[in-house]
Formats: sequence, structure tokens, C-alpha cells
Amino acid sequence: MTEDFWIFPAQFLLSLLLAPFLTGIINRVKAIAAGRHGKPLLQCYYDIWRLCRKGEVISESASWPFLLGPSIVLGSGLLALAMLPLGGFASPLGFAGDFILAAYLLGLGRFALMLAALDTGSAFEGMGASREAAFGALAEPALFLAFLVLSSTCLDLGHYSTRQTGQAFSLGVMFHGQAALSWLHGKPELVIVPLALFILLLAENCRIPVDDPNTHLELTMIHEVMILDQSGPSLAMLIYAACLKLWFFAALVAALVVPPLPFWAGTGLWLFAVMVVGILVGIVESVMARLRMRRVPHLLGMACALAAFALILAQVS
Amino acid sequence: MTFYLASVAILLLAALTMGVWAIAFTLTPPKRRQNRRSNLCGSTAAALACLIGFAGMAAGPWDFASLPETANLAWGLPFGGFALLLDPVSRIFLLPVFGLGFVCALSGSIALRHERASEHNIAAHWFFYLLLLLGMALVACAADAILFLLAWEIMSLSPFFLIDFNDRDSTVRDASWTYLVAAHLGAVFLLAFFVGLWQATGITSLNPAALAPGLADAGTGVVSLLFILAVAGFGAKAGIAPMHVWLPDAHPAAPSHISALLSGAMINLGLYGVIRTISLLAGPAGSIPGIIGAAPAWWGWLLLLIGLCTALVGILKALAQGNLKRMLAYSSVENMGLMFTALGCGLLGASCGDAWAAFLGFSGALLHMLNHAGFKGLLFLCAGEVLHSAGTLRMELLGGLQKRMPLTGCLFALGAFSIACLPPFSGFTGEFAIFVGLANGASAQGVEQQLGLLLSLGLLALVSGLACALYVKAYGMVFLGRPRTGFAANAHAPGLAAIWPLLIPAAACVAGGLLAPLFFRIVSGPALGAAPLAGELLDECLVAATAILPSFWHIALLGWLVAIAVTGLWLARKRLLAGRSVRICETWGCGYQASSARIQYSEGSFSEPLARLFNPVMGIVRHGEPVSGVFPKPSSLGLSAPDRVKDLLLTPLFEGIEWLCNACKIIQHGKINLYILYIIATVVCLLIWGLK
Repeated sequence: MTEDFWIFPAQFLLSLLLAPFLTGIINRVKAIAAGRHGKPLLQCYYDIWRLCRKGEVISESASWPFLLGPSIVLGSGLLALAMLPLGGFASPLGFAGDFILAAYLLGLGRFALMLAALDTGSAFEGMGASREAAFGALAEPALFLAFLVLSSTCLDLGHYSTRQTGQAFSLGVMFHGQAALSWLHGKPELVIVPLALFILLLAENCRIPVDDPNTHLELTMIHEVMILDQSGPSLAMLIYAACLKLWFFAALVAALVVPPLPFWAGTGLWLFAVMVVGILVGIVESVMARLRMRRVPHLLGMACALAAFALILAQVS
Repeated sequence: MTFYLASVAILLLAALTMGVWAIAFTLTPPKRRQNRRSNLCGSTAAALACLIGFAGMAAGPWDFASLPETANLAWGLPFGGFALLLDPVSRIFLLPVFGLGFVCALSGSIALRHERASEHNIAAHWFFYLLLLLGMALVACAADAILFLLAWEIMSLSPFFLIDFNDRDSTVRDASWTYLVAAHLGAVFLLAFFVGLWQATGITSLNPAALAPGLADAGTGVVSLLFILAVAGFGAKAGIAPMHVWLPDAHPAAPSHISALLSGAMINLGLYGVIRTISLLAGPAGSIPGIIGAAPAWWGWLLLLIGLCTALVGILKALAQGNLKRMLAYSSVENMGLMFTALGCGLLGASCGDAWAAFLGFSGALLHMLNHAGFKGLLFLCAGEVLHSAGTLRMELLGGLQKRMPLTGCLFALGAFSIACLPPFSGFTGEFAIFVGLANGASAQGVEQQLGLLLSLGLLALVSGLACALYVKAYGMVFLGRPRTGFAANAHAPGLAAIWPLLIPAAACVAGGLLAPLFFRIVSGPALGAAPLAGELLDECLVAATAILPSFWHIALLGWLVAIAVTGLWLARKRLLAGRSVRICETWGCGYQASSARIQYSEGSFSEPLARLFNPVMGIVRHGEPVSGVFPKPSSLGLSAPDRVKDLLLTPLFEGIEWLCNACKIIQHGKINLYILYIIATVVCLLIWGLK
């Protein structure tokens, strides 16, 4: 029991530590694909460290959302990640229905970030906030439908006494690893769910093909433009929060393909899977161009349709 | 019951006094002192009555098994009886009535304190305000059809005079007429419903057990018809699509404390009516099943479908609006849609034997109703402060008000976070209950039930995402950035003395999230009482109620953790910045020097990406001439989003009726001799009929 108690905090700390590294992997994959040498793998750590030692420049029209926004974004991101089971081990914060709270905590971060962007009164940042609002709203149903597929599979498998306690609706049970085992045994919908979640990962973290994380000053951007006026420790918090969010979604995808294993093997395999997701993101970014803004809703609609299809499969079978 | 009766008595006495004053003041030349005195007395009486009522309601037993308190008063009318019944379901609906009644009375008296006697008769205003409160209090407790209808009429009529406060403005007059017509169209359905109920059972009492034998004889066809009539009648009050048209007109026209009360308390009573109808027609909790069987599944489907349509239409129309109060009104439509969806989920769960869906559907609807009263009241009152300070509610003229009126801005932000259902504030808990209830559809019987409930969860997720976008827009456009015009730039901050009543709903928004389990426990009793459950299902629901409670403890815990984490990070940032240079600078214009406040994203451009997808519903219309040619002439662009249901469906309908009525004028021409001929013809006809 005491040993088990430390597993989750240890994994959580590991996630916090490794999250910026995932960005490094993506950038390295892109660099290799483009035939460049690329940034150091630890560049994101350097950036955060450097920003933390700087002062700030604050917009004159800014009020509390601009100043408090980064703290809300990072705080809600931290807690959302703390609710996610990592490497097959349920979070002590989990409860029946926690997937709703985790999704809404990410929503809280998005809400605060959009307000912070509008607070500067800049045309560019308003544009970013507007797009984030639209795409965020469209991504929400896909995320919920994907979670529902998993919960209904749990009810179906009946591995737990889920019916009486509502435990099927906790992330700890949904991502306990049985998904990875059961998709081989007549649960084809579980193959679709990681795909839908991967599309969501690209959209929610503003990667290509939805947004380009490398362009700060084009009329195409979403996330980068919202943090245009942030600087110093606030910017560091936002960059770190973006890393955590990327890790959150990568961990979601990874948890679906890692079977339940003993602690060390499970954690190792899970970390490996997260890194593989990072490599996949890098490959997608290397081989695709950014979509036109008008086409992005189609992509999100496809994620919704995939998740809904998986749900229908899960219920009908 | 004592508290309730005391409160009703105060309301009645105060209303009579105010009525007498109002008549007296219209007969005498207007004096300033009269207005101030009636403002003070009317609001104090309303606040006192509400405080007593609220205390009584809050203290009352919430356990669904507790015996309802009843009272029968003497009543001079030949029909029905003055029978009152106070049970947990009534109590939960009376909480917003008395709570918001209190806050709005205080806020209203502050807002009206400088009104001139020559322009407004304040005594009349408070007379109708007290009448509205009285009507709502009676509706929620009436146990007799005649009394219920009477109270319903009082409740429906008095807002007409309250909305019509600024009656010199023609849009205000139009809006109050729209309200009156909508209210009475709803009342027609209700009249038909109660007459049908009376015809079927022969009694006017609204006691399910007494009605049951008559309804059983009448058969399912009649009962189904009665259900549809009730949904139409009560739905018109609740603002379900397509009968929502009065809300977006009435709310911007009414004074803000009236909008808050109507939106936070009155429209809930439509929901109350539907809940009562279900238990009247399908049997209350704990009764023997088989009055007509349990509620049939299609009732659940109907409510679910109505709820989803209303929620989607409401949120999309809200996104298209440029007027803050009109937007809030559409947002009320959306929230009503959420509650109806939850009710549909509860009914479906009850009919197919899924205890979790049944219990969480009903408790989610009630919890969201309670929370909605808090944050919608707060938002409307904040909008009133904006109107008072800046002089307009058009979002494209505002901006940067957070710096000019910081406290109002923070309160509006609190309301926005709550209504966007973000943790750790109150809106999240209700939405959580609804979502878990719908997610439980996965284990319902029958694949169509399962998919219906699960896919409606997907739709509600879309609605909640759109709600986030909506409130980012509302708060961002009005309060953040730089002032777009002089309206915003010259806005002055209201003092704490003017807006302290707003702190009460604000406290409710925070407490609703951080003390979530307490609120859920209050709601679970009424939910069990409201749901048509019996036997085994009821026991399962009790199990579900205890099993889901730990989740609310966790939500509250995580709410606190969010608050702690954010504060910690904020302090850490402050610590890091201590001693370093923090410069205040112009917003970076990406190299563009000649920036102005007009360059900011406007409300129309903010919702443009969504409008591109959803414009068939949002219905945004462009006016004006675009820029064209080599030497362009002065051009303009304006956006508006008129309500298509009103313009394309209801207006032609009523114009048709008007045409018909005008056509009938041919027999009414003012010639006495012909009128006498009509009378003789009628008498002759009657005689012939009598002879036969």
C-alpha cells in the first residue's frame, strides 16, 4: 500500500519534468526530416529558464485577466494532468465522472488564455482568441465522445463492479490498460479512439495542420498570437502550460496502447509510447502543410464523426 | 409553512398598500417625496417578505420522504379551494424566487432612487413587483387548479407592466406587447390543459393520488394529449424554442432588476410546471406504479429533443447578438434548453429503468436551475450597471470597462466563469450532474436509448464549448481591451453603495462550486420527489444518490486545489518579478504605429468563424454597401441577427389573424338599425332552436 501510494506522485513528477522534452523531440524530428541539424533537445528547458530570470513588459490596457491569466492556465493544466492516470496507475484525485472535470479544467485554461489575449486590445490577439474559441468549441464534442466510447467499453467489459458505483466514468478505469488488450478481441472501436484523440491533440495543441507553432507573425496563427504580449515569467508559465497540455493529450493516446504491466515495465513502456506520439506529431508536421482556416472545422468534424462512429460501434456490438 | 404564509401575507398587504398609493399618486400632482417614500417602502417590504420566505425555505426539510406541509384557507369563490402544499419540489423552486426577489428588490430600489415623479410612478412599479413575487410564490405552492391558474395569471400579467417601465420608448412598448401575447398564448394551452384534467377527473385538486383513478379511466390517449398541452403551455413560459421569442425582446427593454428576476426566477416556473405535470400524470415518487404505467418513454424523448433544440438555438442566436442584454436573454433560452434536456434524460431513465440516468437527470435539472438563478441574476444586474454607467449595451461601442468600473467587471467575470460552467464555480456542478446522467445512458436498455442519450451528451458538449466562446466574447468585448468609443471611455464607476446587493449572487456563484456537495444534497431530495419513480427503481436511485455524492466532494476539493494552485503561481510570479523591471508599455502593434482602439476585434468579427459554420441558425444579416471601385464612395457595414422564428413564422401568423379580424369588421359598421336587426335575427334563431 505504501509503495503504491508513491507511484502516482512519482509518475506525476516525471511527467512534469519530461513535458518540455516532448516538444524537443517533435522539433528534432522536424529538423531531421528537413535535413537540418535542429535545436538542442533541451531547448524548451533553456527557454523557460531564461524567461524566468527576466522582467516583464505589460500592455497599458491590461487588467487582471492579462496578469492572472498565465497562473490560471498553468494551474488548471497542472490539475488536469494530475487527474489523468499515468502509466496505468489511477490518480488519487480520480472519482466517478472525473473525465468531465478534467476536460473542463482544460476549458478553464483556454477561457483564461482567451481573456488574457482580449485584454491587450490588440487586433492580432483578438483574432487568435476568436479562432481558439471557435475551434475549442468544435473540439469539445469529439473529446467527450471519445471518453464515452471508453466508458461504455468499460461497462461492456464489466471488469469492475462499475454499474453500482459509477466507476466506469472515471479516467482511472477508462485508461487502466484493458483497452490495449481488448481491441484485439472484437472491439474495433478502440482502434478509432486513439485516432480521434490524435487529431484532437493536433488541434488542441495548435500543431500543424491546424496551426503552426513556428509562426508568430502571420495571419494564420492561433495559440502563438494569443501570447504575443506576454513576456518574462508569465510567458514561461504559458510555454510550460502548453508543454503540459501536449503531454496530457499524448498521455491519453499512449494510455490506450499500453497494456497493464508491472510498475517499472508499465511506466517505461508508457513513457516510450508518449515519445512515439511525439515522433508521430513531428512526422505529421513534416509531411503536411497547414490547412486553410476554413478547412479546420472539417478536420474537427472528422474527429467528431470518428468518435461518434466508434460510439455507435461500441453500443451496437 | 409559517414562514411561507408570513411572507405571502406581507407581500399581499404591501401590494395592496402600494396599489392604493399608486392610485393616489396618479390623482395628485407628482411630488418627489412621494416617489422616494414609495421606493423605500415598496422595496423594503419586498426584501423583508423575501428574506422571511427564503429563511423558511432554506430551513425546511429537504428529504423527499418528509410529509408535505399543507394549508387550506377560506376562499369565497364557488370553484376550487385555496389549497397550498409545500414540499421539497416547491421549496427548491421558491429558493430562487425569494433569493433573487430579495437581491433585485434592493438593487432595484438603488437603481430607481433618482427617478423623477413626473416620469414614473414608482409606487405602481413596486405594486407590480410585489404582485409578481406573490404570483410566483403562489404558483409554486398551489395545490388546486383554479388557484394555480389565478396565480399563474397574476405572475404572467404583472411583468407586462414591469417590462413597460420606460414606456416612452416605442421598442419597449413593442417588447411588452410581445411578452403579453406570448404569455397569453401559453396561458391558452394551460387553460386547455386544466380544463382537460378537470373533464377527465372531475376534481380541481392537484393531488396525484386523487387524480389517478379519473386519469386511468380516461386512457393513455387523453393523458398524452394533456401532457403535450402542458409542455406547450409551460414551455412558452420557460422559453423553449420556438416559443422563446418574447425573451430576447423583453429583457433588453425591461429595467435590469426586472430582467434578472424574470430570467432567474420566473421562467424556472415553466420547468416547475412540467415537473409537476409529470408527477400528476405519471404518478409521484413512492406511489404504486400503474396509474397509467410509468411515464412513457416518448415523453422523455420529446423533452430531450425540445431541450437539445432549445439549447442549440439559444446559444447560437446568443453568439450572433451585439446587444449585451439581448445576448443574455438568448443565453437564458440555452440554459432552459439544458434543463429540459436533463429532464428528458431523467424521464427516459425512469421509463427504461435506469436509476442513475433518472436520478441524475432530475437532480441535474434542479441543480442547474438553482445555479442559473444565481449567475444569470448577477449578469443581468451587472449589465444594468454597464447601461447606467456607459449609456449603451451595444458591445461594439464598449470595451475597456474593467479599468473604469473594476468591481462590476470582476463580478461580471465571476458570472461569466460560472455560466460557462467552468470549475471551480457554480455552473459546473449542474452540468456535471447532467453529463454523468447522460453518460449513464450507455447502460440503458435498448440501443436507441443508449445512443440517444450518449449522442445528446456530445451535442451538449458542443453547446458548452459555444457557451465558453460566448462569454469570452461578452466579457472580452465589454470589459477588456481599450474603449472603442466615448461611451466606454467616459463611463464612471458605480460606488460600492450602489452595487453591494450584487455581492449576494456572486457569493452564491462561488459557494456553489466550492461547497458543491452541500448544494447537491439539498437538490437530491426534491429530485427524488419530482421523478416518477416507484418500487425498486426508487431504491436504486437512493443508492445512486449516495454513490455520486463523493464525486461532488472531489469536485469541491479540486475547486479548492485550483484556487490554491492559481494563487500559488501568482505569488511565485510576483516573487520572481520582485526587484526586476516591469514596464508598462503600449500594446505591441506588430510594427504598425498608427494604431487606434477601432482596430480591435469587434464582437461581429469575434463570432465570424462560428458564423461561417452555423449561420443558417444564427441568421446574421449584413447591411450596408461594401467598398467597391477605384474611387470608393463612403461605405458602411452593419450586422444584425433578427429572430427568424419571429419574423418568418409568428409575424406572418399574427398578420394573417389581423387580416382575418379586419375582414370580420364588415359586420361591425356602427349602424344602429342593422345592429337591432342582428338582435332580432338572433332572438328568432334562438326561438326556433328552442321550439324544436
